[in-house]
Amino acid sequence: MAITLSGDQAIPGPPLSSRLTPAQVWGIVLLAPYLLVFLAFVVYPVCYGLWLARAPANYVALYNDPIFARAAINTLIFLVIGINIKMLIALFLSGFFAVQRPWIKWLSVIFILPWAVPSIPTILSVRFMLNPEWGVINHLIFSFTGDDGPNWLNDPTVALSMAIGVHIWKSLPFWTLILITGRLAISHDLFEAAEVDGASWWQKFRYITWPSMQTLYVTCTLLSMIWTLGDFNSVYLLTGGGPADLTHVLATLGIRYLRLDQLSLAMASIVCAMPFVLPLVYFMMKRLSR
Amino acid sequence: MKLPSLREVGTEARLLLIGIPVFLWTMIPIYHMFLFAISPKEDAFSGKLWPDHPTLHNFEIVFKQQHYFLRDFYVQFWNSVVIAAAVGALTLFIATAAAFSISRLKVPGGRVVLNLALFTYFIPAAFLAVPMYRTMGNYGLLNNHWSLILAMVTIASPYAIWVLKQASDKLPVELDEAAVMDGATTLQIFRLVYLPLMMPSLVAIGTYAVLLAWNEYLYAFLLLSNDREITLPVALGNFLAADDSPWELLMTTGFIYALPPAAVYYAFRRYMVGGLTAGAVKS
Repeated sequence: MAITLSGDQAIPGPPLSSRLTPAQVWGIVLLAPYLLVFLAFVVYPVCYGLWLARAPANYVALYNDPIFARAAINTLIFLVIGINIKMLIALFLSGFFAVQRPWIKWLSVIFILPWAVPSIPTILSVRFMLNPEWGVINHLIFSFTGDDGPNWLNDPTVALSMAIGVHIWKSLPFWTLILITGRLAISHDLFEAAEVDGASWWQKFRYITWPSMQTLYVTCTLLSMIWTLGDFNSVYLLTGGGPADLTHVLATLGIRYLRLDQLSLAMASIVCAMPFVLPLVYFMMKRLSR
Repeated sequence: MKLPSLREVGTEARLLLIGIPVFLWTMIPIYHMFLFAISPKEDAFSGKLWPDHPTLHNFEIVFKQQHYFLRDFYVQFWNSVVIAAAVGALTLFIATAAAFSISRLKVPGGRVVLNLALFTYFIPAAFLAVPMYRTMGNYGLLNNHWSLILAMVTIASPYAIWVLKQASDKLPVELDEAAVMDGATTLQIFRLVYLPLMMPSLVAIGTYAVLLAWNEYLYAFLLLSNDREITLPVALGNFLAADDSPWELLMTTGFIYALPPAAVYYAFRRYMVGGLTAGAVKS
């Protein structure tokens, strides 16, 4: 046979197992559990979901569904307005918490509470505060003015603003904490030098703090936007998507379609968000996997 | 004693002007929840800022399961505990093994797996929920605790792998080399050198996974529906199904449910702040 005739160059290489060092074999064995989880619970669902959403009719149906359009706009408002307000407050508060005072130290411990406690009971607590008949807010309005307070969650604009408020309440501590670590990393000498030169508060921020924090700030804003796309609780538990399905965001809309047994529409609505999500994800990965 | 100058008083006043609203903003929803927990129903619904007759009666009702919505309180509490513990243990196992493999053993393709994991980390969890629900149905796991455990492990692992990989990269290579010289096998290095050095990060990641699972609402309510299988947050959501929900009991149960994660968070804060915030965003 050709192989035996042509000498030892043609002898097939040793089997795969002996070409790998024992360490590499262990490497593959140890990586296997995650790969299995990834294949079974990420790859398969995603492919299956894309397959369900393959029919163009789904996208026509979405296009014609006013609730989808409304949810898309709400999501944009949530991201563009909500997140930027949140990050600006976080940036401001990171400066406040960086001030060295014993009571501010204590306040920072308390300030973490919204992040440390689960969101369900606290969101429901806010929901009851806003209850038009029994809620404490309207009780206070009545006792001070003698008028009945508004029916807060019955107005789509107010209800969505409240949902954004709840989201900010919950995640503000986390982002403030991260911006504080960024701020504390700035060399103190710079501020002392600026102090000697008589720099104003604004000049110190503009020429020292901001240049060293802007990358972190932009990264945080983008990351928060990606994650907020998946914020189901703030809207679902506060407004339930109501009144009249006018306060849905994409995260709750998918679940709404699912409950109506329109699975392919649910998937299609998620696919529609992908052109916006994937560039953000790509950008974040570039930035984090350096 | 030196009297503070006018300028110092001004600075202090301005700080308080920020500090007081921050304190109120943070505490009002939590205080409101606490207020409901210690108020009889009449007081809670009359909008009082402190009840006329504070009472622990609500807690008694919850702990004795004396209400229709609470008849499975202990079972549901236990479900939450078991699922959170399982998610913590499984995530730690999977992520530590993967991080060791990628960072220390330099397994071929490790970089690709890490990027895939990172990609999953950035996809909003709510978007994966819909296909995940169908997948669990196809696997026949709906209404089974394993469905929620596996879903939460899927969500928790990418971040866990990423943070643990970053932490392992910081351990000096010489340690492994010295151990190999002494004739240690790969498993011995993992057990005797790697794990002890990684302890702080492992504590942080374990806590992260446990809290994530304990706090999860969306996946829990999609994947579990049977009253005796659901976790506490789903049970809390179910209170809303009734028109005349017993809000004082809902808030009491919610308060009890919120205590363990808050306690865990504050107990491990040292690890959380170092391990998680540094890993969350690298500037």
